[in-house]
Amino acid sequence: MRLARLRLVIASLVALALVLPMASIADAQSKGTIKIATQSPLSGGQAALGEGIKLGAQLAIEKFKGPLEKAGFKVELVPFDDQAKPDVGVANAKNIIADKDIMVVVGHLNSGVAIPSSEVYKEANLAMISPANTNPTITDRGYPNVFRICGRDDVQGVVGSEFAAGTLKAKSVYIIHDKTTYGQGVAEFFKADAEKKGIKVLGFEGTEEKSNFDPIITPMKAKNPNLVYFGGIYEQAAPFFKQAREKGVKAKFMGPDGLDSSDLTKIAGKTVVGMNYTSVAGPVSVYPQAKQFAEEYKKKFGKNPEPFAAQAYDSTVIALKAIEAATKGGKAPTRDSVTGAVRDVRYTGITGAVEFDSKGDPKKALYFVLQVASDDPQKWGDNKEVKRLTIAAPAAKK
Amino acid sequence: MDLELLIGIFPQVLLDGIILGFMYALIALGYTMVYGVLEFINFAHSEIFIVGAFVGVEILLALKGAGLLEGLPWMVVLLLILTAGMVVSGALAVVVERVAYRPLRNAPRLIPLISAIGVSFFLQDAIRLFESLWNNAFNLVYPTMDALNHRFEITETIDIPMKSLVVIVAALLMLWALHTIVGRTKIGKAIRAVAEDQAAASLMGINVNRMISLTFLIGGAMGGAAGVLFGIQYGLINPYTGFIPGLKAFTAAVLGGIGNIPGAMLGGLVLGLLEAFAASYLSLLTGGAFGAEYKDIFAFSVLILILIFRPKGLLGEVVRERA
Repeated sequence: MRLARLRLVIASLVALALVLPMASIADAQSKGTIKIATQSPLSGGQAALGEGIKLGAQLAIEKFKGPLEKAGFKVELVPFDDQAKPDVGVANAKNIIADKDIMVVVGHLNSGVAIPSSEVYKEANLAMISPANTNPTITDRGYPNVFRICGRDDVQGVVGSEFAAGTLKAKSVYIIHDKTTYGQGVAEFFKADAEKKGIKVLGFEGTEEKSNFDPIITPMKAKNPNLVYFGGIYEQAAPFFKQAREKGVKAKFMGPDGLDSSDLTKIAGKTVVGMNYTSVAGPVSVYPQAKQFAEEYKKKFGKNPEPFAAQAYDSTVIALKAIEAATKGGKAPTRDSVTGAVRDVRYTGITGAVEFDSKGDPKKALYFVLQVASDDPQKWGDNKEVKRLTIAAPAAKK
Repeated sequence: MDLELLIGIFPQVLLDGIILGFMYALIALGYTMVYGVLEFINFAHSEIFIVGAFVGVEILLALKGAGLLEGLPWMVVLLLILTAGMVVSGALAVVVERVAYRPLRNAPRLIPLISAIGVSFFLQDAIRLFESLWNNAFNLVYPTMDALNHRFEITETIDIPMKSLVVIVAALLMLWALHTIVGRTKIGKAIRAVAEDQAAASLMGINVNRMISLTFLIGGAMGGAAGVLFGIQYGLINPYTGFIPGLKAFTAAVLGGIGNIPGAMLGGLVLGLLEAFAASYLSLLTGGAFGAEYKDIFAFSVLILILIFRPKGLLGEVVRERA
């Protein structure tokens, strides 16, 4: 069986080698190639979400490239693997700006990677449309080329603490974060607002540990909080929740949108059933227009769309619309014209209507509180929507 | 500062530290045995360790898929995965030695070290490639065995899960067995002879190459067993999980006195305890100014202090005399 797979790999490599030169011949006949790059972790522990971003973009290009191809352009997706690491993201970004055909970047998954990478995009005024980055700094820098279609952590943290105080009636909370820009950021917003609402913060710890959480759990258990909040990503949160429950921690668990992946239940199983998390991206089932997207995605790639796949799809459609606007009259697009056109896009996608404000935030963003429904990773899409809020992005602080 | 809380969690922290310490000790043995014989640091040992964990999880998943995991008694399953992990990791260590170290045995000492670092990277990505083709997975989860998750409550705040007891008992058994093999048997004597002087040992009719292979086999098998126990205890592994525990275990071996088998055990325990206490107590003692994220800095600062006063490690380095 393994041998058969190996053969398949070799056969497909050979086939690819044969196809590639032909593709470049076809290039010569058209007006040129327009490339859209994705940057997301395609390998490593966060690959589940990162691949969703790539596949969402791929689906969007295949469906909406028609008008551009009619105008004589060839449209291509160039996926990059940022490995969820800032240094890799920046190195990729340098390659991206060097490729003059790339007009838009869709990505990243991690705010800590998006911030340094977008500094590179800014040099070339290359538009970055983020499907998933929630850290406020992303847009608060006021760069003209940076956009996102999702909400922000300074709002998400507050949505979380409101839910903790109002619905869960938590009196005390123990906060753990992963020391990344994203995780620590959202944990601090949660903490600040929880304290205002009178929830006692019993502990605030950062850790990069991935397997052995014993020494963190022991003092946490002794302090006996009502709620444990994990600011971070599922690959760390899942074993942490699992070990905490196994060690007898009885608190409720909660976290931000970094937990939003079927891998959370794959790793933590029954432990996380019934726990709440906030998100800027609801499961596909909460968007009425997204049903068709989910079906096509499943048909094409053989799996359910991960969270942010639909956002990546919408980001890519916005990118295509902007490129179309920039090529009106048969002009070749430039990065400046495309970046300018993104800001003017008004588009109602499968995840809602998008219209950018002056910073590049969506004028109105959706925030959700969700509840894990089942310990079967296949049923991640069935997670219940407990609360939905539409909140405008905070104005720029200046 | 809450004194009651500090005292209340003390036994639990002690237990966490001991379990972590035994884990480090088992891995450290692989470093220390090879160093004792070849005076060479086998940096690929952290990957040999994690391969054991992968063998364990693959067997458990296969058993679970076949519906046998619930039916078999847990002791049998545990013995099966421990043995399989030891065999595969031991064999891998022997192959690595044959391919990557033996051709370089007479080269300057930095050369095999670099070769070892290369093997380490190679194995990490080989595991990743294999798992993504085979399972399409990066993080693998150990299936839960209910018997191992049973908790013995001692007091309201202190309890010991079955799996931690298993880790401690298995580690003690293996350390005892290793000590006996190296100290009491003829094979052990031959290994020690090779460690002392390869040329003289070969003149006495000892097959030096075979003894070196055997050293790698034993060290690798210990690493493999540690890998399986690591997986059972902490539940989640990925191809890069081995690196950090490997580095810490290497530190433990140096702390105890590299080349010294009881030293590796002691070093592992000291490092495990330091880490556990630092992680649990730092934030309580400093009122949140220093948190658990400083555990490694604290543990390694203590380590540097120890090594300043005892540069050859707690129990002293055991290295052959060079003429």
